[in-house]
Amino acid sequence: MTRLSVRKTYKLYIGGEFPRTESGRFYPVYAAKGKELLANACRGSRKDLRNAVVAARKAFAGWSGRTAYNRGQILYRIAEVSESRAPELEQELRRAGSSKGDARREVELSIERWVHFAGWADKFPQILGSVNPVAGPYYNFTVPEPTGVVGIFAPETPALSGLVDRLAPAIVGGNTVVAVPSESRPLAAITLAEVFETSDVPGGVINLISGLKSELVSWLASHMDVNAIDLGGVEDDALRRAAQEAAAENVKRVVGAAGPAGDDGRPSLYAIRDFLEMKTVWHPMGV
Amino acid sequence: MSEISVTVPARPGAGGGFRRSVLDALNAFVPVDQIAAEERAASLAKRSLKKDSKVWGLKLAISMIDLTTLEGKDTPGKVWALCQKAIRPDPSDRSIPSVAAVCVYPSMVPHVRRALEGSGVKTASVATGFPSGQSPLEVRIEEARRAVAMGADEIDMVINRGALLAGDYERVFDEIAEVKEASSPAHLKVILETGELGSYDQVRKASMIAMYAGADFIKTSTGKIGVGATLPVTLVMLEAIRDFHHLTGVRIGMKPAGGISNARLALSYLVVLYETLGGEWMTPDLFRLGASSVVNDILMQIRKEATGAYQSPDYFTLD
Amino acid sequence: MTEEIHDPRGALERLKPGPAAPMPVSWEYSPSRESTDHVRFRSRYDLFIGGKFVAPLSKRWFPTINPATEEVLAEIAEADEADVDAAVREARRAYEKVWSKMRPAERAKYIFRIARLIQEKSRALAVAETLNGGKPIKESRDIDVPLAAAHFFYYAGWADKLDYAFPLRKASPLGVAGQIIPWNFPLLMAAWKIAPALAAGNTVVLKPAETTPITSLMLAEIIQEADLPPGVVNILTGAGATGAALVRHPDVDKIAFTGSTEVGKRIQRATAGSRKHLTLELGGKAANIVFEDAPIDQAVEGIVNGIYFNQGHVCCAGSRLFVQESVVEPVIRKLRARIGTLRLGDPLDKNTDIGAINSRQQLDKIRELVDSGVTEGAEMFQSSCPIPSRGYWFPPTFFTNVAQSSRIAQEEIFGPVLSVLTFRTPEEALERANNTPYGLSAGVWTEKGSRILKIAQKLRAGVVWANTYNKFDPSSPFGGYKESGFGREGGMHGLEPYVHLD
Repeated sequence: MTRLSVRKTYKLYIGGEFPRTESGRFYPVYAAKGKELLANACRGSRKDLRNAVVAARKAFAGWSGRTAYNRGQILYRIAEVSESRAPELEQELRRAGSSKGDARREVELSIERWVHFAGWADKFPQILGSVNPVAGPYYNFTVPEPTGVVGIFAPETPALSGLVDRLAPAIVGGNTVVAVPSESRPLAAITLAEVFETSDVPGGVINLISGLKSELVSWLASHMDVNAIDLGGVEDDALRRAAQEAAAENVKRVVGAAGPAGDDGRPSLYAIRDFLEMKTVWHPMGV
Repeated sequence: MSEISVTVPARPGAGGGFRRSVLDALNAFVPVDQIAAEERAASLAKRSLKKDSKVWGLKLAISMIDLTTLEGKDTPGKVWALCQKAIRPDPSDRSIPSVAAVCVYPSMVPHVRRALEGSGVKTASVATGFPSGQSPLEVRIEEARRAVAMGADEIDMVINRGALLAGDYERVFDEIAEVKEASSPAHLKVILETGELGSYDQVRKASMIAMYAGADFIKTSTGKIGVGATLPVTLVMLEAIRDFHHLTGVRIGMKPAGGISNARLALSYLVVLYETLGGEWMTPDLFRLGASSVVNDILMQIRKEATGAYQSPDYFTLD
Repeated sequence: MTEEIHDPRGALERLKPGPAAPMPVSWEYSPSRESTDHVRFRSRYDLFIGGKFVAPLSKRWFPTINPATEEVLAEIAEADEADVDAAVREARRAYEKVWSKMRPAERAKYIFRIARLIQEKSRALAVAETLNGGKPIKESRDIDVPLAAAHFFYYAGWADKLDYAFPLRKASPLGVAGQIIPWNFPLLMAAWKIAPALAAGNTVVLKPAETTPITSLMLAEIIQEADLPPGVVNILTGAGATGAALVRHPDVDKIAFTGSTEVGKRIQRATAGSRKHLTLELGGKAANIVFEDAPIDQAVEGIVNGIYFNQGHVCCAGSRLFVQESVVEPVIRKLRARIGTLRLGDPLDKNTDIGAINSRQQLDKIRELVDSGVTEGAEMFQSSCPIPSRGYWFPPTFFTNVAQSSRIAQEEIFGPVLSVLTFRTPEEALERANNTPYGLSAGVWTEKGSRILKIAQKLRAGVVWANTYNKFDPSSPFGGYKESGFGREGGMHGLEPYVHLD
């Protein structure tokens, strides 16, 4: 006797909840090979983005105010929960067209990345900060601080580890994120959101809006309450250029301006630094 | 600093209602940032005084000097000579005013008084167990009383630094108030000995206590501990005087003493005074310079301005 | 000394009392003017391209003036697109052939040389800066010029130590850097731009501001004297169009701009899609927060230094003063009194505290915003200092009863104009301090250590001065959050905008 499976509805992830798009629109997601329909993904709208930015801004003070130790623990928790849900994540990648081996390796890689960046939480300020020997009776130090609300366009492939590579360094630094996952393969990302939801990631720290990048990029790039934007996952040169122009309206920090090829994909301190501001504090030394 | 309303009729000798006031003032204690105060003083020291403004300032400085000798080897003869210098610092130049006062130990007061008779130059005496102040209170008070009885117009007393540093502000206050009473009607200059106080915060505290307790002047130093007046400590005391004036309407005088070694520095003190308290305080009634060696340097500068030639000490008398 | 009496030791005079002390009056400091004898400007300055001064292909020159007198100081070449192209070609050639191939330790020595030459010529540079920009000589002498030399000295030492700055990455230069600087600290901004660029191995095309080109051109002479290889630094004078041509030039790898947020945004748009690296140091509207436990007298000095330093022509000026309500009375009272002691006038006078406004255009802008403050109902206090009849001047000014929403509390005035606002709690102070699109700098005054650290952490600004204000040092990173720009200048962090990491 065959059992009728229960299909998953793939929704957005905003403020720690899984709403459908307010627009009610969807777009079909197919397996890479063939025409098999995998799901009707939410075709997120500018209003969904707007809600996500509001959620991200609301979460920013709390998340950036947590201790580095605590942020590190939460990233490590993401790794733990990812590990236990590895089969499910692999399954998502395989359905999207990855081979069994590739899917396993990508999931493993993304778990490794969470662990790697979890460990950075209480170390990068020591490497990137400084005490500055100014010529006078002043104590002067520089500390990295998060840029704020970061918009991320994840690469089309690898759909899972590519997203993790951009997401992990942004949130470990204390930023909150509105991310648009791979347009063609969004399902793994949405399942990853379920990992976040069960990993003590506070609502609003990570928000995922699936949809058409061409439709969303200008809204996120022009949003006045987004402080930085990662365009590495926007493949179209003209779109990226338009986004850069729109980003100038509030002097956003733009990373990935060179597009997908510009990202060397190595996990590193420098990826964390992309979304940090350096704050320098002076204080006199007297009695 | 919160505003305190203080009703000030005339300041009574022994504290009285001012006890409450000083405690209020300490509650409203205003901290002093060392680095910023020193930077402000350093920037004022960079004022460049030329020509008329320089000569005017130098002559004013002469008129504000308390010419001082405070040595075990002081004799009537030495003191007499000093008094001659005080009356006419440069007899060859009629435009040079007399100094403000001659300051000596109590035993020399009668000699000074005689030598200065009719000159307008004041007789000042240190007292109260100068310079350490470590004598019994009765002895200190009696010393001040006797100095006045012998003819001192002005008494330079020292505060009880030990009590201040130990936090016994009431004692510091009461002692000053008692000396004030004992030395009336002489003018009382209260020496804080800022070089022993350790921080500008303490200087500010001591200034406030002294002013509320009856000081007519507050003075930086005894000149006996190696650390004398500095521009920043003078600035901090002038700022306290400014606040006290705002709170009470009473103008207190200021006397930096010790280490004011040349004319340039003397002018810097006047600049700090002028830019902190304004022209009203630019009088010997409200500002004194405790300095002796500086007189000839000032005279040399004045003569240089007049003649255009740099001067030699050989042409100025050592008294 | 008028009467001739033979009385060398004063025997006759000794016993007569001296005259009365000079009466207390307002002490007018006599003029104490820095000498200009040793400063000779050329009557006409050409462009500095490829190590030589060359006439502009544009065949156009414009006058540069002294804003304190409106007198013309020299004629300055105006670079057009063809001149920009020539300079970029020289910079490219010098980059490929010489500078990027040179041993880093040798690069360092050239930069050290520049530092030393600035020190040697410091007085002439200070006088020139004051003549051309209107700033008080005491500031150009004690701040601008020494800091410019210090900046070259600091970055010179980095040239052969880049590997220590970027762990596990190989830092290589970007190539040709186009740098556009403002008129408020002309020589110092040139140093901020050129020194790290050269240390990292880039070559430079620098465009100084239209109104203040002279010290950049004197720096060009120093660069010649230092025997820097031709083309490593090129200096192009001109106005906005020259800068725009530099930004557009396809062979420029990096743009570094310091100036207004408005122009910064234009540059960010113009470089979109170009792969040019970009750093921006833009405007600000800094909050300077005074708590009730602050060292009030020093805080007042900090407020004055924060807003009236360099006539308020400072991107990080503390232009919004937030005072805790319990100390508003003494702070305002002391501020009023202090402003009364500021000496406005001849920038060359060593006692001048407030110099000339840099240009007619800037003066008009300041006046317009101040008028808006009055119209919007704020209460204005202005120093009654005398204003010279020629030149551009604006007296130190502050407003009370300023609404958070008013233009003078929101817009960058870039002049000696302070808006005073009040607050009741630390929360409120922070909320309002951060309530701005800018984020360059901020100040906080309190004796409470833990409060300093908390407020410094919560302020969204790149530089926080606690119990001090407007302090600068080559080892101290400087730059903004939000619309105040991105990238840091100064310190190890100031190298990053000029390297590519492999």
